Amino acid sequence: MRFLARRLGFYILTAWAAVTLNFLIPRLMPGDPVDLLVARMKGNVDPAAIDAMKRAFGISDANLWQQYLGYLSNLAHGELGRSITFFPTEVSTVIADSLPWTIGLVGVATLISYLVGTSLGVLMAWKRGTWLDGVLPAATFLHAVPYFWVALALAFVFGVTLGWFPASRAYGLEVEPGLTGEFAGSVVYHAVLPAVTIVLASMADRILGMRNVMVTTLGEDYVVMAEAKGLTSRRVMWAYAARNAILPNITSFALSLGFVVGGSVLTEIVFSYPGIGSMLLKGVENEDFPLMQGIFLVISLAVLVANFLADLAYVVLDPRTRQEGQ
Amino acid sequence: MKIKIGAGILVFFTLMALLGPLLIGADPAATSSDGLQGPSAEHWLGTTQTGQDILVQIVYGARISMGVGLLSAVIATILAVAVGLVGGYFGGAIDETLSVLTNIFLVLPALPLIIVLAGYLPQRGVASVAVVIAVTGWAWGARVLRAQTLSVRRRDFVEAAKASGERPFRIVFFEILPVLLPVIATSFLATVVGAILAEAGLSFLGLADLSTVSWGTMLYFAQTGQALLIGAWWWFIPPGLCIALVGTGLALVNFGIDELANPRLRTIKAPRKRKAEATA
Repeated sequence: MRFLARRLGFYILTAWAAVTLNFLIPRLMPGDPVDLLVARMKGNVDPAAIDAMKRAFGISDANLWQQYLGYLSNLAHGELGRSITFFPTEVSTVIADSLPWTIGLVGVATLISYLVGTSLGVLMAWKRGTWLDGVLPAATFLHAVPYFWVALALAFVFGVTLGWFPASRAYGLEVEPGLTGEFAGSVVYHAVLPAVTIVLASMADRILGMRNVMVTTLGEDYVVMAEAKGLTSRRVMWAYAARNAILPNITSFALSLGFVVGGSVLTEIVFSYPGIGSMLLKGVENEDFPLMQGIFLVISLAVLVANFLADLAYVVLDPRTRQEGQ
Repeated sequence: MKIKIGAGILVFFTLMALLGPLLIGADPAATSSDGLQGPSAEHWLGTTQTGQDILVQIVYGARISMGVGLLSAVIATILAVAVGLVGGYFGGAIDETLSVLTNIFLVLPALPLIIVLAGYLPQRGVASVAVVIAVTGWAWGARVLRAQTLSVRRRDFVEAAKASGERPFRIVFFEILPVLLPVIATSFLATVVGAILAEAGLSFLGLADLSTVSWGTMLYFAQTGQALLIGAWWWFIPPGLCIALVGTGLALVNFGIDELANPRLRTIKAPRKRKAEATA
């Protein structure tokens, strides 16, 4: 498994880079974050909050190296500092409360978008020259559309005007959170519009990417041979052409995840969805640097984990990566 | 065909950004008593809560939105060219280091990083926002350019330049760079799309210069002004549509160039037996 080991090594390196960036940004950007905050609040800050913030950033009189070590050890204990917005709640608690919503929403939406987008891409390459080509201009448009604008448009049409789906919150006010069918139904009902937004906005890249690779694959000799053997076109399309075209597509899918998560974060804000995006907005509004940085770190790590999962899928689908080490 | 449509869209918006403000001459921030009016003969695209004319804002906003996108993409492309070409040409430890750096920036989610960086900016002017976006947006171009450089560096003209004793710096930037210009151009266009979207996202969060009018800040004020609940669709539909159209124009030009390079990607009707069989 040399392939996986190499990838894992890279992700650990990247995680370290994210952690270190997080440490360096407040120190390298012009101005002391704490002074900046005090100035923006016109001195209207709880001294305890200032102290907590200094501690969160590990800002002290010690030299940079010792600050760095202190920061790493805090991080190893899951200590991300205290949030200014929700003072004195720990940033890690705020994130832990909102992260499941985001992972659920973005995870499901991304899976749907990947499956539908990839299948559409395969079909469009296969049926080149039919009405399906009409999807191309639409995909080109969706490729460049801001997520939060799709969210605004959907919320306006289906939420406010038609009233088919709720346009805010993650579950109804009338249901008690718990493991009940009623609660689950309410959650799914409320997730429809945000999920459709993410699917629509992220699907275009999958369609275009898959179509382009697939079109190239269709010219390969083994596809021609499969046809010459008289295999059914369904078999040729999925088992011969798509099976191979999907490999480069997984890589580009993994790399697009960061972009999808970024867009989803903004989508949550439009729908007041109680995930990490709405927390990020609160952090931005209140100059809550510990919260913003904690969220950056958690999102980065989540994207790295998702990338590793994509690598695992790659290994399952591409036998060559498994033979490499032997 | 694609290139023509795409270029048409881009020319339209460029002219709007350059000449529009001169033709209109109104102040995009000027308020009036006609708040929240739908499109009418007087205000073609309606007005905001404080009675600002939306069409005027769109025209002025084009300057900031497209300007930040272009500036940021220029910076990002310079970075991408430097990292991609130097890594691809020199190979070895330099290439290893630069590749790892590129891949790290490729995997890290750009928007949250931009948000954290922008949060710390003491002043969020157009230039500083463009730099912050560029810092996170160069990696894709660098990766593509590195791969292309690898395939070019063994060609005869590079060997000839080496043999004639040209310095490595000259070989990379005066021999190899011109050959890669088409690749640089497509990567530049894609970077502009990303930068315009990033600027919009940043403004939407209120993290850009809110005193200047851009398509992103228009959406920010529409969101904070509850345009959605009031039903003022004319407030938030136009700016997003403009962003998407500019992006579509850039993408069409890019895809058009791809199709020139790889004719199979074209959509023209090619009668093939497979099609008949599949639909049967």
